[in-house]
Amino acid sequence: MSIAADQTPPCAFCMAMRRISMAILPVLVVVGVIVAIWYAAAYGMNRVSTLDTAERRGIEISAAEVFADTMAQERPRLPAPHQVVAELWNTTAGEPILRERRGEYQPNPRSLFFHAYQTLAPTLLGFVIGTLAGLLLAIGIVHNRAMDMSVMPWAIASQTIPILAIAPIVIVVLNAVGLTGVVPKSLISAYLSFFPVVVGMVKGLRSPGAMDLDLLRTYSASRSETLVKLRLPASIPFLFASLKVAIAAALVGTIVAELPTGARFGLGARLLTGSYYGQTIQIWSALFMAAICAACLVALLGLIERTTLRRMGLDR
Amino acid sequence: MPEAVISADALDLTFQTNDGPVQALSDVSLDINKGDFVSFIGPSGCGKTTFLRVIAALEQPTGGEVTVNGMTPDEARRARAYGYVFQAAGLYPWRTIEKNIKLPLEIMGFDRTEQERRANNVLQLVDLEGFGKKFPWQLSGGMQQRASIARALAFDADILLMDEPFGALDEIVRDRLNEELLKLWARTEKTIGFVTHSIPEAVYLSTKIVVMSPRPGRITDVIESDLPRDRPLDIRDTPEFLALAHRVREGLREGHAYDE
Repeated sequence: MSIAADQTPPCAFCMAMRRISMAILPVLVVVGVIVAIWYAAAYGMNRVSTLDTAERRGIEISAAEVFADTMAQERPRLPAPHQVVAELWNTTAGEPILRERRGEYQPNPRSLFFHAYQTLAPTLLGFVIGTLAGLLLAIGIVHNRAMDMSVMPWAIASQTIPILAIAPIVIVVLNAVGLTGVVPKSLISAYLSFFPVVVGMVKGLRSPGAMDLDLLRTYSASRSETLVKLRLPASIPFLFASLKVAIAAALVGTIVAELPTGARFGLGARLLTGSYYGQTIQIWSALFMAAICAACLVALLGLIERTTLRRMGLDR
Repeated sequence: MPEAVISADALDLTFQTNDGPVQALSDVSLDINKGDFVSFIGPSGCGKTTFLRVIAALEQPTGGEVTVNGMTPDEARRARAYGYVFQAAGLYPWRTIEKNIKLPLEIMGFDRTEQERRANNVLQLVDLEGFGKKFPWQLSGGMQQRASIARALAFDADILLMDEPFGALDEIVRDRLNEELLKLWARTEKTIGFVTHSIPEAVYLSTKIVVMSPRPGRITDVIESDLPRDRPLDIRDTPEFLALAHRVREGLREGHAYDE
């Protein structure tokens, strides 16, 4: 008798499916719980206004009608999940990104894609500026004792200033010198995104051990050779960890920059107009769009991280 | 009279630590001749690694003088007089074995074809042909240490300084690497300075054994080995070998005597 003979080899497809379901199931459970709590909260928070309306009109309504109404109000305190999803769908798939006006094709301000683009462009530019600034500062801090002593306290201080307070100042000052559009917004997002890069890269550039550094000393390597051949490659894993934080911060920076300045386009502007007119569904759908954008950007960085580390032999 | 390639004269080195000064080396004088295989043996804290680092200009002595090929250690380093092998292999994990071996060659400005030629050469010398494209983690500990020896050999320095290179390896691997190291030494005729804390390893490998003792780090005995240069592993069971090992052990015990 043989035990091995009883075991039919499991098919590759079944194995893959099992692995996927094992990975997805916990996520689905968590999402399910959140949605359930959300529905319950929406019912609880919107019930009062439903009952008020009914009382004003002097009509009796059943519990089922109350529930149905809390799920479908025009300006609910807390929109139900399906309302937000419907709004997201209508303003993305339901609206063209460009529309014709006076014979010209122009961006359609009803499309959430258009607003997302208005926010993403300065976010990416700010992310690049912030990353470069963070990198340069980190290299300076690691190589120069004076910078080591002086820059970090200022970098930390810069992050304790409420961005909401300086965003309008920056916009106004830059406006005065003729800078408008994408650049002011991206500078504010760079202001938020350079910090994690500085912190992570200082740690990364200092991560090589004494032995790794001694080895280069026995070759009489210069400081720039040490930077290029040892410090920078050793800091790549730290860099990606920082970049993921930085890109999320950059997105927040751009949205915040849109708020106090009366921007007309962008996710921040969408939040603002939503709050002016009590359009809670619009606020929530803009929030979700922002979250989806952030998730996509972080996932994209994760993909770049994995391929880079695999190529460097650091991915195991 | 053979010429001394490394010559230390009354070396002193005192580290300033938070607990006060620590004398790592005290009045160390030693000549190492061309083609010698010199082992430094002693308990931890006896300054054997520090002495090697002074020769390599990784530490500055606070007194005395040391010359390498008639130059100061700093000048000798710039003249590429020595290759250094550390306790751990210390291969950069993002470089393949081949690229790790090319690291010193890149810094020293060899052209690409020469880099290629030398890398292949030393890979062959340490018996790692075909592993050039692997990353360090794909190799066993012993193979990694061989790769790090290849890296130290790549730029063809006359002196090889090795700081407990096989300390972290198990005894079987260590025996084989010791044997290979002797063959390599015979083939390349390099001068080797070798730090160890294993008596059999020191006796098996060396033409000269330097026994050191701690607090302050100093040389207590220098033993010239009369074992033949061609040494199979079972030479370790001969009376001559055992007599040498005995003398080393005595020297180590002596150094410890007034410590306990």
